[in-house]
Amino acid sequence: MLKDLFHKKRKYATLTTQELAERRDNIPEGIMTKCKKCSELLISREIEKHLQTCPRCGYHFPMNAPERLASTLDEGNFTEYDQGLTSVDPLRFDGYPAKIEQVRTATGLMEAVVTGEGAIGGHPVVVGVMDSRFIMGSMGSVVGEKITRAIERAIERRYPVILFSASGGARMQEGVFSLMQMAKTSAALNRLSQAKLPYISVLTHPTTGGVSASFASLGDINIAEPGALIGFAGRRVIEQTIRQKLPDDFQTAEFLLKHGMIDLVVHRKEMKQTLSKVLDMHAGGVRHGSRSAL
Amino acid sequence: MAADLHFEKPLTELRAKIEELRKFTEEKGIDFTDEIVKLEQKAIELEQSIYGELTPWNKVQIARHAERPTTLDYIRGIFTDFIELHGDRTFGDDPALVGGIAKLDGIPVTVVGHQKGRDTKENIFRRFGMPEPEGYRKALRLMKQAEKFGRPVICFIDTPGAYPGMAAEERGQSEAIARNLLEMAGLETPVICIVTGEGGSGGALALGVGDRIYMLEHAVYSVISPEGAAALLWKDAAQAQRAAETMKITAQDLYAFGIADGIVEEPMGGAHKDPTATVKRVQEQLVSAVRELLLQSTDELLESRYQKFKAIGRYQEVSNEPLKHNA
Repeated sequence: MLKDLFHKKRKYATLTTQELAERRDNIPEGIMTKCKKCSELLISREIEKHLQTCPRCGYHFPMNAPERLASTLDEGNFTEYDQGLTSVDPLRFDGYPAKIEQVRTATGLMEAVVTGEGAIGGHPVVVGVMDSRFIMGSMGSVVGEKITRAIERAIERRYPVILFSASGGARMQEGVFSLMQMAKTSAALNRLSQAKLPYISVLTHPTTGGVSASFASLGDINIAEPGALIGFAGRRVIEQTIRQKLPDDFQTAEFLLKHGMIDLVVHRKEMKQTLSKVLDMHAGGVRHGSRSAL
Repeated sequence: MAADLHFEKPLTELRAKIEELRKFTEEKGIDFTDEIVKLEQKAIELEQSIYGELTPWNKVQIARHAERPTTLDYIRGIFTDFIELHGDRTFGDDPALVGGIAKLDGIPVTVVGHQKGRDTKENIFRRFGMPEPEGYRKALRLMKQAEKFGRPVICFIDTPGAYPGMAAEERGQSEAIARNLLEMAGLETPVICIVTGEGGSGGALALGVGDRIYMLEHAVYSVISPEGAAALLWKDAAQAQRAAETMKITAQDLYAFGIADGIVEEPMGGAHKDPTATVKRVQEQLVSAVRELLLQSTDELLESRYQKFKAIGRYQEVSNEPLKHNA
């Protein structure tokens, strides 16, 4: 029939919301990821290619320590320090050893920070990278000791230090020992500063509490990733104290930049190049007091 | 008369009874002397049993007692010629943190400390002893000044924590605390810290990097308040009592951990029961520490201060060598 000829063929299958949800659920785990900011459904490998950022809106997904090292250091150029330094349970805190064991298995990491030496753009450097998957990246005795030792080695070798923070703060399960790591790491940075060696702090999401109130805020240059949550007190605590709602951008990297607390906000894709430039600027050459000819 | 704490109630009631019997004896001429003597004996025993076995939570309550001596009470009682100095030279003057110059046993010193209030009105003015960044920056300014003139620095620590406010975050609460930690570690003059009441987290530590850390007998020092810990651990701030035990926050715990260098004994029942005696004991401790530290060279001082903090932490080390323990 003529009528049949003009019958519109449906080009697309219409799916009900329920069917859609079912289909989405059927996508194998890990292939697709929804952007937390723009809600775009993205192919995970695409996000990986963009260093765990959203290719559409630039949202920065959390980056774990191995990925960070791989994307920051020159290839094949990393010697890890103090891998065998592990936590004990000084307060005999209920469930703490089991928790550590579980997180170790889940992440393949020994602790919440990985330290070592490598090179960026050919410049030797001591690095420390925190991983927020390990008990919120919290700082206990091991994190404090590893960072302190890394800084001490940098002083011995006369290397610059770069620390990437990602931490909820001091580790509660180690009580006052965790608190004191703030003093210990800051004291080591004092020595680094006395030795006139540069320290670059890279604040990533999240950097709060005792880590924000110690080494993360003490860089000669403080760099933050876009959108990172950075602050001392928690949002809820502040809202309860002052009894008013806080602005949406409160304690973001951009908020801190506006208030003069950090030097710059750098997209992750430009991080390595920025660090390399800064390191190059500090790599000797002509300087006052060096007596080298211009 | 100092307000009583809940756990002191049996003792208070017993004392009231003794007083009542005394009145009877005097007014009505009935002789209760034997009963009074017996009850007084019982009161002493009760006192021993209550104050001899204070739980961590009891200590928290004593450390927070409204009539516990504050920093300015210690300053007035211990030093002579105190001149309070104000302001951070950048933004303002923080009443939650006081400081100035004074003489300790004839030696010029710089003194800084958290300042709590006595009543609600004063506490609002003092922000309950919770400094904003200006407070820490004022402290640092005074400490750098002390360094310049070779004056020892005395830090009185008594705060629930740094103030959690919007303005405090805008002006860099984190940076202010961090800067103090870094600078105090390298201050080229003796630094003596004493936790007199609450040593609340980073806000306390920002005055706590020194050559000596003393604690009053019932003072506490912790990474987070018992209420905060309870809220995080069990989603219930009412479990603060349990958290106080779990977190190991007493002067005795910190001394056992090797973090506190000494404990200054308090009068029976706490510092507020006899402030004059407490102030005197603190004074003795400070004078002996200052005299001892003034004899050390700057290099010695800084090296041992660094090593003191470097040694804090518990971990194990697995390598090719046998297991090493750091205790």
